[in-house]
Amino acid sequence: MLDATLIKPHFPILKRTVHGVSLAYLDNASTTQKPLSVIEAIKSYYERSNANIHRGIHTLSEESTALYEATREKIATFIHANSEEIVYTKNCTESINLVAYSWGQENISQGDEIIISALEHHANLVPWQELAKRNDAVLKVIPLKDDLSLDMEIYRSLLSEKTKIVCVTALSNVLGIAPSLHEIIHQAHEVGAKVLVDAAQSVGHQKTDVKDLDCDFLVFSAHKMLGPTGIGLLYGKKKLLDDMQPFLYGGDMIERVRQYESSYREAPWKFEAGTPNIADGIVFKHAIDFLEGIGMEKIQKHDKELRAYAVELFSAYTQVTVYCPKNASGGIMSFSIAGVHPHDIASIFDSQGIAIRSGAHCAEPLMDRIGIPATARMSMYLYNTKGDIERAEMALQKTLKTFKI
Amino acid sequence: MDELYSEIILDHYRHPHNSGALKNPTVRVTEYNPLCGDAITMDVVVEKKGNVKEIKFFGEGCAISQAAASLLTDTLLGMSIKKIQQMSANDILQLLHIPISPGRMKCALLPLSVAKKAAAQIRMIKK
Repeated sequence: MLDATLIKPHFPILKRTVHGVSLAYLDNASTTQKPLSVIEAIKSYYERSNANIHRGIHTLSEESTALYEATREKIATFIHANSEEIVYTKNCTESINLVAYSWGQENISQGDEIIISALEHHANLVPWQELAKRNDAVLKVIPLKDDLSLDMEIYRSLLSEKTKIVCVTALSNVLGIAPSLHEIIHQAHEVGAKVLVDAAQSVGHQKTDVKDLDCDFLVFSAHKMLGPTGIGLLYGKKKLLDDMQPFLYGGDMIERVRQYESSYREAPWKFEAGTPNIADGIVFKHAIDFLEGIGMEKIQKHDKELRAYAVELFSAYTQVTVYCPKNASGGIMSFSIAGVHPHDIASIFDSQGIAIRSGAHCAEPLMDRIGIPATARMSMYLYNTKGDIERAEMALQKTLKTFKI
Repeated sequence: MDELYSEIILDHYRHPHNSGALKNPTVRVTEYNPLCGDAITMDVVVEKKGNVKEIKFFGEGCAISQAAASLLTDTLLGMSIKKIQQMSANDILQLLHIPISPGRMKCALLPLSVAKKAAAQIRMIKK
């Protein structure tokens, strides 16, 4: 059992107040808060080791390089990959764009098909729309069934030899649905297609094993798992990364440079042009340490329990619609109130010190599918307590009272 | 916070003035707020002199944007196109008379941007 009351004190920001009341942070699907160990590591890095990496012979540069590469090792081990399969980017969106440009440009041609799911948020949709346009390819979408799960029968019928890549989320940021990745990946491989998994919402919340999944690419962000902003990650199978052309060109990714011709380093370094976000890359290690210290199974169980508790409390109000698909597994709960716009819900929640997200959650096509312009969303993490959910319920009552519903 | 949802704002939200569509508008203009997925459409009819004769709006929106549209369309009735183009964010805040946080400013100002777009289009037509 995870005791969130013991975890909360490690997060300084959770001690602050908002509008005179203590903060209950329930917007973790947007970004997560940072433990003291991560915050102190940033300070300590700039105080002790700051230098550019991969180029200096001096002590500080060697230290920085070693720390940066040590975190790459740490990330790789965390998702059961090898360190040469981990590329640092600036965020999850850039990771997807890297694949869409570098792999996509070489491997998608006229008439080829790209499959995505109806659950995808804009980052795992727009790069593929554009790739399809550039290369005269076709974008196909796995629709949702009435119970809001992916229609796997239609998915099977969409797959063919024309399918070159399937791009799917591991956990929907709006509905908390976890598609059957094993099945999706296995079936895609049967027709020779590659699979990219958008794991932004899952890596910090459950165990991730890329070897077991057998996905070809997997992307995620440090800031959604206690780490700093500005660090995205791309996992790619070694062979695929080796065959891909660089995405950005310049310093650090080169092997030899002549005036009119250059050669490039091996993966993953050929994808990392210019001075990277060294400090944040390094301190991400402490975020993973923190998560490992708690245990991913425990975190996943805690998310689920809080979500179930929130669903139970909020479902008791007939005026409230809770979007609670049977197959949802993450700590994410979207809801709406007839007659109250989600923006107004979020404003009233904020007045009670409760941070939630409202809007289309960067998933407009999904919102169209559910038939609403926006939802309010609570998303939980390891430092949230049942008390936070109970306070959210009080804010809900306040909302209903204000709008006389 | 209770000030944000004043009785006047909630009343305009629940019973918006000038809500609906016009049959033969001089212009019909829609603007979106990509942050929240809100959309407001305004239908405007101008008389010969160039003043607003009829105005109606419809769309999806929060209490703030809907109340702002209700209050704004009341103000625009009879107003000249030139005057609409001169209106500022401050005019809207004075109409609403509630504290608007930076995050909600877009909601409050969405109706004004629709009205300004409509005014610009009317000027183009009437040239």
